[in-house]
Amino acid sequence: MSLPTSALGAGEPASPRGVGGAAGDVEAFGVGGEASRAGGSGGGIRGAGPDGSGGLAGTLGRGSGGAGRGLGARGPGARGFVGRRFGGLGALGALGVPQWIALGFLVLLVVAAVVPWLLAPGDPLAIAPAEAFRPPGWGHPFGTDESGRDIYTRVVHGTGASLVIGVAATAIGVALALVLGVAAALGGRVVDFGVSRFLEVLFAFPGLLLALLVITVYGPGIVTSTIAVGLATAPGYARIIRAQTRSVASSAYVEAAVVLGRSRGRILGRHILPNAIAPVFVLVTLGVGQAIVWAAALSYLGLGAEPPAAEWGAMLFAGKNYVATAWWMTFFPGLAIVLSAAAATVLGRALQRRGPR
Amino acid sequence: MRLVGAVFVLWAAATLTFFGLRLIPGDPAQAILGGPGSQASAEALAQVRAEYGLDQPIGVQYVAQLGRLATGDLGTSYSLKSPVADIIGSQIGGTLLLAALALLVAWVIALGLAVWSTRGGRVAAAVGSTLEIVAAAVPHFWLATVLVLIFSTALRWFPAVSTAGPEGLVLPVLTLALPLAGFLGQVMRESVLNALEAPFTLSARARGESETGVRWRHVLRHGALPGVALSGWAFGWLISGAVVVETVFARPGLGRTLLNAVQLRDVPLVVGVVLVVALGYVLMTLATDAATRLVDPRARFS
Repeated sequence: MSLPTSALGAGEPASPRGVGGAAGDVEAFGVGGEASRAGGSGGGIRGAGPDGSGGLAGTLGRGSGGAGRGLGARGPGARGFVGRRFGGLGALGALGVPQWIALGFLVLLVVAAVVPWLLAPGDPLAIAPAEAFRPPGWGHPFGTDESGRDIYTRVVHGTGASLVIGVAATAIGVALALVLGVAAALGGRVVDFGVSRFLEVLFAFPGLLLALLVITVYGPGIVTSTIAVGLATAPGYARIIRAQTRSVASSAYVEAAVVLGRSRGRILGRHILPNAIAPVFVLVTLGVGQAIVWAAALSYLGLGAEPPAAEWGAMLFAGKNYVATAWWMTFFPGLAIVLSAAAATVLGRALQRRGPR
Repeated sequence: MRLVGAVFVLWAAATLTFFGLRLIPGDPAQAILGGPGSQASAEALAQVRAEYGLDQPIGVQYVAQLGRLATGDLGTSYSLKSPVADIIGSQIGGTLLLAALALLVAWVIALGLAVWSTRGGRVAAAVGSTLEIVAAAVPHFWLATVLVLIFSTALRWFPAVSTAGPEGLVLPVLTLALPLAGFLGQVMRESVLNALEAPFTLSARARGESETGVRWRHVLRHGALPGVALSGWAFGWLISGAVVVETVFARPGLGRTLLNAVQLRDVPLVVGVVLVVALGYVLMTLATDAATRLVDPRARFS
């Protein structure tokens, strides 16, 4: 893996080539600097926001630079911004009321995933035909389904499956994106060209379609749908990671390290990678929420986890035919998905605004 | 140059799907004859292979496939036994109508919110962050359920199952439009905020223009810009949303056709739909590039 010569113009503190190569990023800094949220809003799952404008022609500079900046590139600019805004408060001090609620909810989710019987002692699969289709009330806070199973118990016990699917899918997507993104950013022109064109092609298969294609090839099921969601989210992540790595590689402190005569391996390992990877943690927080939603959508379509498994998407699929008569069968599992994704989004955005430590 | 890029993307998409589908475990001829359970005879398999060109070397198959695609021939559906192009042709109208209306509604909501919510104050700030959450966290399938419960089951204003008339379109369009409005509104809001701090706004105010004048004459254009740029992405997003929405509202269209095809593992139909959507995405991106140049004079010089 060779470093881009433009960024590491050895012996030329501000080589014109280096500046020119990063022009797109500089422009984005101008915009993003005023409101880092502007870039951040683009960091959504499919690289929405300013990122999307990159579209076909691969006009990388404008869009992706903004995204990278939004994710809080470390460096003098970012420091100043963060410092001004939060006055060097600790991680928890920067949290507002919504963030605390989100954090509390996430803790609750983790408890539900690890020790579900603590919150719901019943058996999520126990059927009781006499109790079928009970509306929410005493004894059954979320009501019961067509076989008399308690929805509340099932939602609590489904947390684990849904969280694992979300985390696994995100891990697959981010891992793939890291390889592609870092290779594109540092692998030289040919690799960058190849990867960038490849990503452009993947962007032409929007959202769920890529996942559906994967499922057509490998057949429906919980494992396939998790992998499918991971693969479908990878292009968006890869684009952000590529932009981030590039902007780090062309930053002043990397240039300083070059001038100081540090070896390439050391620059890569100690300066570029740690700074390029930091925003990935924010991506993961945001991504897990999205992945849960996507995996649930696939289950809802009957392509993921299957009933009677206590998984949120599968519960929605089961309740689909009873929407008019037993709304609670779809409402509560759906609410669990919405709240989880919302909590992940609120926390992810808070992390994003704060920038990496 | 952009056209070359567009053609490249289409070619690569076709290539990627062609070779990607070679990964399918099992024999395609078997799949055509109804899957592994069908116990097709060796003669029947051989006949199908010859008929679909599956006995040719893969390179020949690939070139033949590209040749067919170039002439608009997307192959024959395994499950429906009719040309994929015809099936798509008969289903695409409803989905395009749905997507176009949803895009329009999302645009109106997003732009209105962006201009209104940047006047400052607590409520406006809350609107900004709510948009973010709505866009990211409210899935179509759940929103559709809630809308049906409110407007169909409780209020009885609109049918829960999409009917042919305009009233049957309201809930599907809203389901698709609201999360998209959240996304667009969020992005537009940021660009309106940036525009409000730009020097040209200051000079317009210095000329004595009213707040409304500043907003509608100068700032709105900037607010609309990212919305225009994102419309290509939004198109693809709407089509993939249509898979869910058409299923929920039992509405015929491309999305439901695609879902059925995925469930039956009808490879030619799935690939056909995906390639048509990719074509749509590419065309939309070209169109939004052109539109951006129209709205933003700066883009013409870069």
